Amino acid sequence: MHEQIAANKRKSVLLVVGAFVFFGAVGALLGYLFGTGVTGLVIALVIATVLSVSSYLYGDRLVLASSRAREVSAQDEPRLHNLVEGLAIAAGIPKPRIYVVPEQAPNAFATGRDPEHASIAVTDGLLATMDRVELEGVIGHELAHVLDRDMLLGTIVATLVGAVVLMSEFLMRSWFWGGLGGRRGNDNRGGPATLILFGVGFALMVLAPIAGEVIKRAVSRNREFLADAQGAMLTRYPPGLASALRKIGASPSAMHSANNATAHLWLSQPSRIEGQKLGPMEKIFATHPPLAERIRRLEEM
Amino acid sequence: MSPTWWIVIGLVAVVIGALVWLYNRLVRLRLRADDGWATIDVQLRRRYDLIPNLVETVQGYAAHEREVFERVTEARTRAIEAGGIRDQASAEDAVTAGLGKLMAVVEAYPELKADQHFLALQEELVGTESKIAYARQFYNDQVRLLNTAIDSFPSNLIARTFGFEKRSFFDIEEPVAEPVQVDLGRNE
Repeated sequence: MHEQIAANKRKSVLLVVGAFVFFGAVGALLGYLFGTGVTGLVIALVIATVLSVSSYLYGDRLVLASSRAREVSAQDEPRLHNLVEGLAIAAGIPKPRIYVVPEQAPNAFATGRDPEHASIAVTDGLLATMDRVELEGVIGHELAHVLDRDMLLGTIVATLVGAVVLMSEFLMRSWFWGGLGGRRGNDNRGGPATLILFGVGFALMVLAPIAGEVIKRAVSRNREFLADAQGAMLTRYPPGLASALRKIGASPSAMHSANNATAHLWLSQPSRIEGQKLGPMEKIFATHPPLAERIRRLEEM
Repeated sequence: MSPTWWIVIGLVAVVIGALVWLYNRLVRLRLRADDGWATIDVQLRRRYDLIPNLVETVQGYAAHEREVFERVTEARTRAIEAGGIRDQASAEDAVTAGLGKLMAVVEAYPELKADQHFLALQEELVGTESKIAYARQFYNDQVRLLNTAIDSFPSNLIARTFGFEKRSFFDIEEPVAEPVQVDLGRNE
């Protein structure tokens, strides 16, 4: 487990360095193409710095906001609070903050940079369909992610990849609006410049699935098995989580707020398509092992 | 200075470093065990606070089950007064058993099971009992680590020098010199 924590911290640092190199390269390229020299590089590095620092400090809030999670008090959700507090005691960490996501598909995720700043979010669907023992299994799995610092890595991945996606859209759109509105008579560089922006934006768009592949590598699917096992060690009752996963597999609801940047954070891979099947793209860039395999391993414990 | 001296100084530094590390580890383990115990204590107190409320609510519907109420209340009083980890553990088991009886009584009163106030108390009780179980699990894990460190070489040397003491597990399943029941002639 300690190796796992160290590996996660190492990967987090590597990712941030990778983001610096990536943004630096984009900035340098833009600077070169526009003939502004190092300005582009400097601006890109400033953006990368702000992005990395904020993904470390505020990544959890970003992820929570992007899934429209709202914090719930012990009065609102006594059962959930009791379970989380109990398992936090078992794990020897402070009680995480608790959020509920307005989604009918049963699912859950954990985020935050360390156990002292951790949050756990569950969907309305999870609360509605799971009994106490199953919910306990799910929370145990999420707390295992907290203990392993999986959520630090996961949150950084989510915000950095989210930034790449955002940037590509921004560049593509600046081409689109630049093309439509035109910068008539502004300067003669306007035409090729917006084209370059489009080109870079397009390249980033192509890169986004590759970034997905990177996530897949960084956030190895093995960690889901590991978190299942560790969660079961906390609850000392593997059938609880197994039964929860079975219910999740049988649920036909789609996750509306799920996207490629945050898919790997969830307990089971979210699908945007109604009916229990994952879309073809979601399957190619699967962030989670199949539920059936996870259930089988839990049953063998 | 000659190279030999440097080697000697280096070795001494390594040994001192190792001793400091071992000592700090023992301190950390002891602290975690204390934390674990404090958490158990908090949860036990929460349960003591819940019992009078619970008894009162159930009494409102099932006044004649006096024996059960008395048993729980008495077990609670004994548990509050208990000292020492082993006494505490067995006193708490009596409380748990008493509460189990109380909850079994509830089954016979459908109106009580529909009472919102009672349901809230019941959730609180179930939550607290599982927290006690988890706190116990955490504490016992920490005690196991601490005791192992105190027993094993080379940290046992430091533990002895600085007077680190082993802790008892919060668990009545541990050998408390219970008479062994020999059931003769049953499995023949």
